[in-house]
Amino acid sequence: MGAYLLRRLLIAIPSLLGISLILFTVLALAPGDPFSEMATNPNVPPEVREALRASFGLNDPIMVRYLRWLSNMVQGDWGFSFASRINVDQLILQRVPTTLFVVGSSQILALCIALPVGIYAATRPYSIFDQVANTLAFVGFSLPTFFTGLLLILIFSVTLDWFPFVYRSDLAATGWRWYWEMFRQAIMPITVLGLFQAASYTRYVRSAVLDVIRLDYVTTARAKGLGEKTVTLRHITRNALIPVVTLVALQMPAVFGGAIVTEQIFRIPGIGSLLIDAILANDTPVIMAVTFVFACLVVLFNLIADLLYGWLDPRISFS
Amino acid sequence: MAGSTLASPSAEPVSGPAQTSAATSPARETWKRFRRHKLAMASSFVLGTLILGVLIGPWLWPVAINEIDFSAQLQTPSWAHPFGTDDLGQDLLARMIYGGRISLAVGLAAMVVATFFGILIGAIAGMSRGYVDNFLMWVTDLFLSLPQLPLLLLVIYFFREQLKAMFGVEGGVFILIVIVIGGLKWMPVARLVRAQFMSLREKEFVEAARAHGATKFRQMIHHILPNAVGPVIVAATIEVSSAIIAESTLSFLGLGFPPDIPTWGRLLFDAKDHLDSAPHWALFPGAAIFLTVLSINFIGDGLRDALDPRLKRS
Repeated sequence: MGAYLLRRLLIAIPSLLGISLILFTVLALAPGDPFSEMATNPNVPPEVREALRASFGLNDPIMVRYLRWLSNMVQGDWGFSFASRINVDQLILQRVPTTLFVVGSSQILALCIALPVGIYAATRPYSIFDQVANTLAFVGFSLPTFFTGLLLILIFSVTLDWFPFVYRSDLAATGWRWYWEMFRQAIMPITVLGLFQAASYTRYVRSAVLDVIRLDYVTTARAKGLGEKTVTLRHITRNALIPVVTLVALQMPAVFGGAIVTEQIFRIPGIGSLLIDAILANDTPVIMAVTFVFACLVVLFNLIADLLYGWLDPRISFS
Repeated sequence: MAGSTLASPSAEPVSGPAQTSAATSPARETWKRFRRHKLAMASSFVLGTLILGVLIGPWLWPVAINEIDFSAQLQTPSWAHPFGTDDLGQDLLARMIYGGRISLAVGLAAMVVATFFGILIGAIAGMSRGYVDNFLMWVTDLFLSLPQLPLLLLVIYFFREQLKAMFGVEGGVFILIVIVIGGLKWMPVARLVRAQFMSLREKEFVEAARAHGATKFRQMIHHILPNAVGPVIVAATIEVSSAIIAESTLSFLGLGFPPDIPTWGRLLFDAKDHLDSAPHWALFPGAAIFLTVLSINFIGDGLRDALDPRLKRS
């Protein structure tokens, strides 16, 4: 297990290098840098600007800058945010927990909806329940997150006034009141992301269960007198989950993309809204770091999916 | 599966004893199966109406999209403005017709780009064994784990000024968005095409073509590709809806089309600060995106049933 984990981590390294090289090149080729606004500032003479650029090494070739960025990154120096005037790693560490909280809760919500609905629909294919669930799933993943977000705000914040539509990380309340306020402000973003993912997961679960349900070993399990519940939960679901895990892992880039949108709608101070702010402020070190963190999270979740395989499917050995 | 050159459906069946009364062409067979999917049929109608609306809309509703009228700010729908007005008193119906053209065109064009690259890379990977295949699949996996939305935002925000200077405001942003969305969405098609090629290239008819001395290129274009086309059409349909969502998302974040080009996503971006006073402003473009994407997805589902009998349910 340990050796397998190590090998997987080693395989992930070239991918991360490739991703970071692509990101870095895009950023380096982009016109404009944090110093471009100084060009219009009459108090900064051009020589000073050039000297500043040179001192940050912005005039070197791309590969040199990439290697310097890489070696700094590995040593834990993520650069300095020009817009926020603090170190990038601190900035990101402040924001990552919020994003992970929202994304994680929404994934749990999505699976809590998708697993029961998908399994129930697949055990009764083409029943009314199945058809309704299937149609709703189509509706669910055709509703873009930005539109559901606005709809929920319109219904629950503007009309009914149940939930606040601005997410605050500095809630004034303490104790139970704090948890209650947190729950109230988090419920809409989590619902938006969760329902969107639940829709596509439901279809995955349904088709995966349908693939398994006709296999011989399921008939065998029934024939030896096991209850329907045991057959469904222990025999069918466990095997059906294997492809579902892959598909969920493949969805991760889309999930974090959705997180950027929801963070923007509800003004959640996560890394998604940090990215948008950084892009608008041309804050290159922050953009590079945030996109790289997104890439790392995606690779991390793929790794977790691989480890889940072993737990779900004992035939896969990690040696 | 829709074959390539099956010309005369009713000429031969007399000689073939296997073919009984089913003397229908593959296209008609497909159409028959597609028609059975009621939601797909209804969706085709909805999508057709939407496309027709944005195409002939400007003649039926000849109102300028940028006619500012401060006496008619944030009006709710009425006979003078069926979809209401925005904060500058501009007519929303006219803006939605104009924006719909762009949104739909982006979806179609990005699909063409994505499908082209997908088929190209998938076909090369599927035909070559060994390190070319391994390398191309590594690149595909790499692109799959790229953080797509952040990358889209970056590229479009940083490069749109340059392209604007080259191709004008509308053309420049359009080309950029289409290329970037297409360039980040080819991977599913590539995987699909590769899988199809892998299984088809071992089939007897390809072996026969090889025995006849067909070059690799000819095998690919004339023998394998036409047989792999069904699933690719289905995937391409889904690409259209995902490209429309991608463009709307970019515009919704304020990083896609500029304000003077009111795509549906851009309208939502402008509307989101006026939700309490003018909900209609957000509801109409949102509903338009939703209806378009939903009907394309249902059509894709219907095509899946129709084009791939092996995957057919029940």
